[in-house]
Amino acid sequence: MSIAAKANALWEYANPRKFLATSERVMPFFWVTSITCIVVGLVWGFFFTPDDFRQGSTVKIIYLHVPAALMAINCWLMMLATSLVWLVRRHHVSALAARAAAPVGVVMTLIALITGAIWGQPMWGTWWEWDPRLTSFLILFLFYLGYIALWEAIEDSDTAADLTSVLCLVGSVFALLSRYAVNFWNQGLHQGASVMRAAAVTGADTEEKVSNVYFFPLLVCIIGFVFLFIALVLYRTGTEIRARRIKALLARERVSG
Amino acid sequence: MIALLLRDLKLALRAGGGFGLGLAFFLIVTVLVPFSVGPQSSLLSTIAPGVLWLGALLACLLSLDRLLALDWEDGSLDLLATAPLPLETVVTVKALAHWLTTGLPLVLAAPFLGVLLNLPVPGFLWLVVSLLLGTPAMSVIGTFGAALTVGLKRGGLLLSLLVLPLYVPTLIFGAEVARRGATGMETQTPLLMLAGITAATVALLPFASAAVLRINLR
Amino acid sequence: MTLTVTDLAIARGGVPVLEGLSFALQPGKALILRGPNGIGKTTLLRTLAGLQRPLAGRIEGAEDQIAYASHSDGLKPTLTVIENLSFWASVFGTRDIQPALDAFALNELSDRHAGNLSAGQKRRLGLARMLVTERPIWMLDEPTVSLDKNAVQMFADAVRAHLGQGGSALIATHIDLGLNGEVLDVGPNKAKPKPIDDFDGGFL
Repeated sequence: MSIAAKANALWEYANPRKFLATSERVMPFFWVTSITCIVVGLVWGFFFTPDDFRQGSTVKIIYLHVPAALMAINCWLMMLATSLVWLVRRHHVSALAARAAAPVGVVMTLIALITGAIWGQPMWGTWWEWDPRLTSFLILFLFYLGYIALWEAIEDSDTAADLTSVLCLVGSVFALLSRYAVNFWNQGLHQGASVMRAAAVTGADTEEKVSNVYFFPLLVCIIGFVFLFIALVLYRTGTEIRARRIKALLARERVSG
Repeated sequence: MIALLLRDLKLALRAGGGFGLGLAFFLIVTVLVPFSVGPQSSLLSTIAPGVLWLGALLACLLSLDRLLALDWEDGSLDLLATAPLPLETVVTVKALAHWLTTGLPLVLAAPFLGVLLNLPVPGFLWLVVSLLLGTPAMSVIGTFGAALTVGLKRGGLLLSLLVLPLYVPTLIFGAEVARRGATGMETQTPLLMLAGITAATVALLPFASAAVLRINLR
Repeated sequence: MTLTVTDLAIARGGVPVLEGLSFALQPGKALILRGPNGIGKTTLLRTLAGLQRPLAGRIEGAEDQIAYASHSDGLKPTLTVIENLSFWASVFGTRDIQPALDAFALNELSDRHAGNLSAGQKRRLGLARMLVTERPIWMLDEPTVSLDKNAVQMFADAVRAHLGQGGSALIATHIDLGLNGEVLDVGPNKAKPKPIDDFDGGFL
């Protein structure tokens, strides 16, 4: 089996039937793994790790905040990839996967924002701080909203897929630009916030003992969220495919009837 | 190409063309600001650069849904698409016409409105410079948004939702230039960033706009 | 320039409407499109004009040869007749708009705003716009809507003159224009529903 043949085999999932059959087979595995990982990670993180000497028990929101934030960004990257596949190879499943992923991404972004605010309240003394990272997520949230709204607004499926794909490409460039702009913009105002944030959020604490204690349950949570994301997207893509098939059947009936 | 530009300018200036609406909106927003934040001149002069930038941006946004929609409704876009003119040129010319009839007047009006908000003296030059550099990007990005939503009923609100996040980098760097200029700080870095974003946007985004318009026309 | 269409299939909104269309349009000839409402005549004209991509089949000799007139004329109500015409003339690189004004008797209306014209006068202006493109193949979608008997005659004369100069025309219309052209009934080409199993078209 050469690599080329394997790559070809991948494209077979562009067939909706094949995609549905396979995804239904593997989905239970993803559900079980993700729920197990999340439960284990959260219990471990909440009850079996010490409180941070500076942040107390509030640090433990990290087990929701960081995985959600990671998924929020990865979801957009996945939409970017599937949009490109749609534009280049015109596989409908790819476009529908992007459509299915967007609401998952927007919820992940929202979780990251809300947990960030809850975390920020005792730490920074305010529910909202225009911290560059939080601000970037707020902007990402707006991009998600626009993307979903455009999908909803257009009736013709292929046109919607084309337009949202281009929006996703252009949006990615502008989201990246915004990220740099926001960094630049807030640096001038208050630099202090970033030091604490970098230590707390990345898990790369300078004191390795502390870092490891939090890092492993966090890793388990992240793995759990990754599988949860995959399961949700597969499930929603299946729904989109069926909705699309119904639409196609109705259209066919109109033509023949 | 020039014919298209001239026609768009003529249409904007004739009755019902909507020229001046953006300006009037800009004026009203600026007048309303002191009512909402209070008349202290020190506060006003602090927020003046940002308020003027935001006002100009919203005024620009206001006129976007007419940018391509009228030509769509009366079939002009179909005909332009079959003409020897490439659609990339068409959208660029449309953006240029939009800038000349909306962006440029806003730039020229901004200093006068700056007086109302007690903008510090050194800020005037930087306000005009930053708007002059930023408004073309707003027109071009707006054209992209208008191309995305051109076939839709009630596309206006969606257009704002799509375009506003795309305006973030321009707004951040543009307002930063105006703000720094007003307080006498160096402006070179944000100015270069603003110029860079505008140049890249004007050079590249029309291709995306034309592609999107082609999709919408079929 | 002959327009040749081979085994063309077209879709509207992603749904196939016509298939297996083949015909040739010779210079000097007119082809009248017939078929019930909603069968895809407008879609066919738009596809030939290059505004839409066909699902399958070949179109030859259409590139930059087609002047397309849809239901809407691309006229601006706040511009005068002359301004409207000369705009489209310069977009298509034509200098002289006088022949177009003459052909549709628009001379005495030339300084009126297009918004002040009657429906029939507007339609004449829209057809005059076709003339200034100076392209050999006309694609007309229900050109005689809201034209009175006189104006229909005027239109038929313009088409005849165009054919006489070696041009050709594809006209979707329900009335008899008295042109020497064949009738193309697209009814039999109505797309049949696809069989269910089909790669990527697995949605259908």
